[in-house]
This record gives sequence, C-alpha cells and structure tokens, in this order.
Amino acid sequence: MPAEPRALKTPAEQALSAAFAAARGSLPGEGAVGKLREVAFERFDAAGLPHRRVEEWKYTDLRALMREARPLAGPAGAKPQGNIAPILSGIETDRIAIVNGRYEPTWSDAKVSDPGVTVAELFEFVADNPDYRLGQVPGTDDPAYWLNTAFMSGGVALRIRRGGSVAKPVHIAHVFSGDAAAAMYPRSVVVVEPGAQLTLIESFSGPEGVDYQVNSALELVIGDGARVDHIKVGCDGGAALRVSTLGVTVGAKAAYKDFAFTLGGAVVRNQTFVRFAGEGSAGAIDGASLLKGRQHVDNTLVIDHAVGHCTSRERFKSVLDGESHGIFQGKIIVEPHAQKTDGKMMTRALLLSDEAEADNKPELEIFADDVVCGHGATAGALDPGLKFYLMSRGIPLAEAEALLIQAFIGEVVEEIAHEGIREALMFAALKWLGSRS
Amino acid sequence: MSLLEIKNLHVEVGGKQILKGLTLTVEKGQVAAIMGPNGSGKSTLAYVLAGKPGYEVAEGEVLLNGESILDMAPDERAAKGVFLAFQYPVEVPGVATMTFLRTALNAQRKHRGEAELSTPEFLKLVRETSKHLHIDQEMLRRAVNVGFSGGEKKRNEILQMAVLQPRLAVLDETDSGLDIDALKVVADGVNRLRSPERSMIVITHYQRLLNYIVPDVVHVMARGKVVKSGGKELALELEASGYAQFTDEAA
Repeated sequence: MPAEPRALKTPAEQALSAAFAAARGSLPGEGAVGKLREVAFERFDAAGLPHRRVEEWKYTDLRALMREARPLAGPAGAKPQGNIAPILSGIETDRIAIVNGRYEPTWSDAKVSDPGVTVAELFEFVADNPDYRLGQVPGTDDPAYWLNTAFMSGGVALRIRRGGSVAKPVHIAHVFSGDAAAAMYPRSVVVVEPGAQLTLIESFSGPEGVDYQVNSALELVIGDGARVDHIKVGCDGGAALRVSTLGVTVGAKAAYKDFAFTLGGAVVRNQTFVRFAGEGSAGAIDGASLLKGRQHVDNTLVIDHAVGHCTSRERFKSVLDGESHGIFQGKIIVEPHAQKTDGKMMTRALLLSDEAEADNKPELEIFADDVVCGHGATAGALDPGLKFYLMSRGIPLAEAEALLIQAFIGEVVEEIAHEGIREALMFAALKWLGSRS
Repeated sequence: MSLLEIKNLHVEVGGKQILKGLTLTVEKGQVAAIMGPNGSGKSTLAYVLAGKPGYEVAEGEVLLNGESILDMAPDERAAKGVFLAFQYPVEVPGVATMTFLRTALNAQRKHRGEAELSTPEFLKLVRETSKHLHIDQEMLRRAVNVGFSGGEKKRNEILQMAVLQPRLAVLDETDSGLDIDALKVVADGVNRLRSPERSMIVITHYQRLLNYIVPDVVHVMARGKVVKSGGKELALELEASGYAQFTDEAA
C-alpha cells in the first residue's frame, strides 16, 4: 500500500473503528486469533478503505462506494422455508450454511458423510489444529482482507484427507438473513490434502431489498496431486455490497479449476490470489458475469507463478446491460526461477447498451526468460453481421441476441467440469436473458 | 402473378448510390442467373432482398407475391420465404449448427402460425439433406461455420436452404472459392431444390457455375441496372465477349 497521509476518516471508517472497539472483546477465537485481529485492524485503520488512488482498487473505490459501515449481523434465526441460493437448487450437494457470518449446522445438511472428510466450525478447527495458521495463503496484503481478519465472525473448516474424495459437491452457502442492513465477515478454510479431490461450490445470497454488506475470505490449500474445482456463485440481493477474497496455494502436480459466476449484488468484488507453489500443476481460473441496472462487479486476479513448469489459463467474460460496470484486472507474475511457465489470460466484455462500461486491465510481470505468457482483452457490442446472419434465417432480433449472448457466456461456462453446475448456471443465464427487454 | 417484382429500385450504401433504377421480374419456379462485372451491384441486390441494415432504398419497390417486403425486418422476410446464401457465410461461435437450424426453422414456422417440427421429424430432415451434401454428423455438432473450410461453409448454406425450404433463394457467388468437386456437390444440392414452387436468383461473376445450375433466364447487370436479359445461351456469349461492352457504355 502506498504510504500517504491519511485523509480524515469517512463516516464508514469511523463506524468500523467504533465497531471494532466495541466488539474486540467479544469476537470469537482464542489466544493468537485475538492478536491476529488486532494487527489486522491496525493495518486497516492506517490505510483506510481502499480508494481509486490505490492501484489494485482503482476501479472499485470502496471509500466512495461504501458510504456506511453496517453493524455486525446478529444470529441466524430460524431456517427459512424457501431455497437457499435457488439457482443451485437442482444440484445434489452436501450443503454447509454460513448464515450472517457464522456456521449454522441447523441450516446445513447432515454431516458430510464421505470418510476422510471433516467439517468443523472455524474457531474450533483453529483451536484444535495449532499447525494450521490462518492467513498463510496469498492475498493477505490487502485492506479488505485485513478488515475480514479483524471482524471474522465464523465459518467452517473443511478438510479432505489424503487421497480422499467427496462424491457430491460440497456447497458452502453464505446467506444473509434479516430485514435490516447488517454486515457479515465469514472466513472459511478448505484444506485438500495430497491426492484428494473436491468439487466446492461457494454461494452468496440474501434478500433483494436489503443493503447488507459481506466481506468474506476463503483460504484454499491444495496439496500435491490434488484436484479441486471451486465454483463461486454470486446471487446476492440487488442492494448488497460484497467483497470476497480468495487465497489459494497450489501444490505440485495438482489440478485447480476456479469459476466465478456473478449475477447479483449492487457492488461486488471477487479478488482471487493464486500461488503456484509446486511444479507441474495446471490452473484454470475462469468467470462469467451478467450485469444490468447499475451493478458494479470487479473480478481481480493475481496469479503468482512462484515455481516453474505450471500452466495457468484465465478466461473471464462479462455481459453488461443498462448502466452496469464490469471490471477485470488480471495480473500474472512469473518469478525469476519459474521457467517453463505457460500463462495465458483472456477477457471479453459484451456491451449491450451504450451506458454500460467495461474496464479491462491485464498485466504481466515476468522475471524468468523461458516462459510462454500472453493476454488478450476485448470489449464491444454484438456483431451486427452476426445478428443479420441469424435474422436472415428467420430468427427474430431478441431471440438472435439471446442466442449470441448465450453462446458468448456458454464458451466459458462449459469449462466447468460438473455437468449439473454447468447446466444450472446456463439456466440462470437464460433466465437473466429472458428478463431483459 | 410473378413471384418477385423489382421495380425501378434505387439503393444507397453509405451515401453512395449502387442500384440505379433496377427492374427485374422472377417467375414462380424460375431459376434466374444474374451476371455482371465487379461493382455492378449484384451483391447489393442480394443484401437488399434479404434486408441487410445499412442498405437504404431511395426509390422503387420490391414485391414478393405482390406484397412489399421493403419495410420488413430480415426475419420477417425469411418467414415469407426469402433466403440468402451468403457469399461469405459468417462464423457463429458457440452456436451448434444443429441448434441454429432448429431455432431458425421453428422461428419461421412460428411466424407462419405453423406447429414446431417434432424432434424425430427434424432429425430425419437434417440427416437426409446433409447426406446429399456430404455433411457428416460431426460437422452438425460444431459451431456454425467455425473452423469450416470454404467448401464446408458453402455446403452449410445449401443445407440451411434445404431445411428452410424458401420460396425465393438468392445465391450470392456460391461458386466463389470452390474447386470443381466442391462446386459439383453444391450445384447438385441446389438442383435438388429446384421446384415449380421455388424461384432462385443465382448471382455469379463466371459462367462456370451455370454449367451445373442451368438457368432459365440470364440477366446482365452493369452500373446498378439490368442491362440485358436472355436465355441461358447469353451466359456463353458473355463468356466469349466479356463484360467490356457493358462497362464501356458507362461514359
């Protein structure tokens, strides 16, 4: 973070300071956790909310976008009748509910039954596993992450034992429940031990009209030879503000696929930090956003090739309607000894209205000399030649557009290995298209 | 009544006048060849009939079965039976050829108030048609025209035409970029679609195509108009004499 004199605190920053002073004694976690919170809050307090002069946050000026800091969310209350994250309701999963920032077993499915899988409440896990230290994944030098660390209210720790696998996808469902705006700070840890396999869904949902705030963090540790598919589905209510930090460490000869699908929320920032720490691994970090109205969605990636002989592919697509604003920032770092790195990044934005805005910022920082790296970025409207071709075959304009948009999004969605998830997301995209007009 | 009547058609593209009073009649069941030098307006005529945006009609009429089509959107014209086989078929990434065919056919049927074709009926139609055009099932699963060779793209155009069964097919330089074997396959596909109920406009620069798709009439276009019409022997005369006699009159 650049050292610059701090301006006067904004009301949101003042509220955060007051909230931390009031809550510090009662926030969960023992011993070292308290110290972690104090240090994180000090760092946050010194920097303040990130703003447009902080390069990493240049397009998502949180100081301007987050006018107020909401009070910490209260307990979950009774499980609602309706579906949690309805767009995923057709998929068989083992669901772990994190409600208002806390693990809520009564909202979750019965214990994940596969042998070799353990699920524990975050702070119980931390107390029982002194060998696991929070915050060792990449992405911890970031003000949103500090804020999460200061206030982290709970979450879950999922461990897939060596060589184990889970039959069904595990679904960590973050839910905001309540009628009044509040803030939640869930933190979860997922450790996939060497040779293990996991399909992990992470969803975010909440009521339509409430301007709740989410600052989540997920630590994902992928062991040697492990295979992990992580699919993040953002279907927040239309007034929500969410920042999600994902820190991933990838071991050797591992296969890691990530997909960030964003439909909901007023302001959303998915920030993903991946570090290739073992040779011979492959990563595919993809995403799709479908935005309308005045939605602001920022997908920021930092892919650090710390060792050589790894392949990474990043493909992000966004469809922007109304006055929405889509941002993609992607940085590939190749460290000095990371020879034979193969990293390619592609981002495409489809603008459906004159008022929509797409910002693409791809960056390569290459310190090794025997690598293949590249990036491409495009932004534009639907090709009139394509539209005419479809219409000349009898397909009406709206249907032609829908078909082309579906194809545009489909090209990345089909990268998801799990058929049910793929279909659910395409169905959600179709529904989104149906709601346009 | 003629199937297609074009009367005194004036068309501008980007402010430039391309068609300058074109008059042309195509009878029901007739195959009309349109020949002419580069820049005579042949492709413009094809696009105007299909309704491509940006082609401004300044004057004149286009009647299909006595009904003016100039105010219709391209999809409406297609539903009325107009089909353009593109000179350069576009690639449609992410849309499988099969999906595309089915969406188009059902959209047209819906527009005409007809029921959608059942899946077995549709599959049978496509399977039979594609066989004649040497199009394999794998190609039908691929995205429309993506990674297709020039010949495959042209065969795909004819496949679409066969599935959509238009009343007026406009073939814009369907022979361009084809070797003789590919040309024969395409021409054979077109000939199968000849019917007393279907008219065709075959636009070509060269006479060669007309050895395989033998026209009933030949029209010569130059400087945005039809300047000469005759029987199929006119194509052979042009092959011998060239277009210079028409372009020289430009002055």
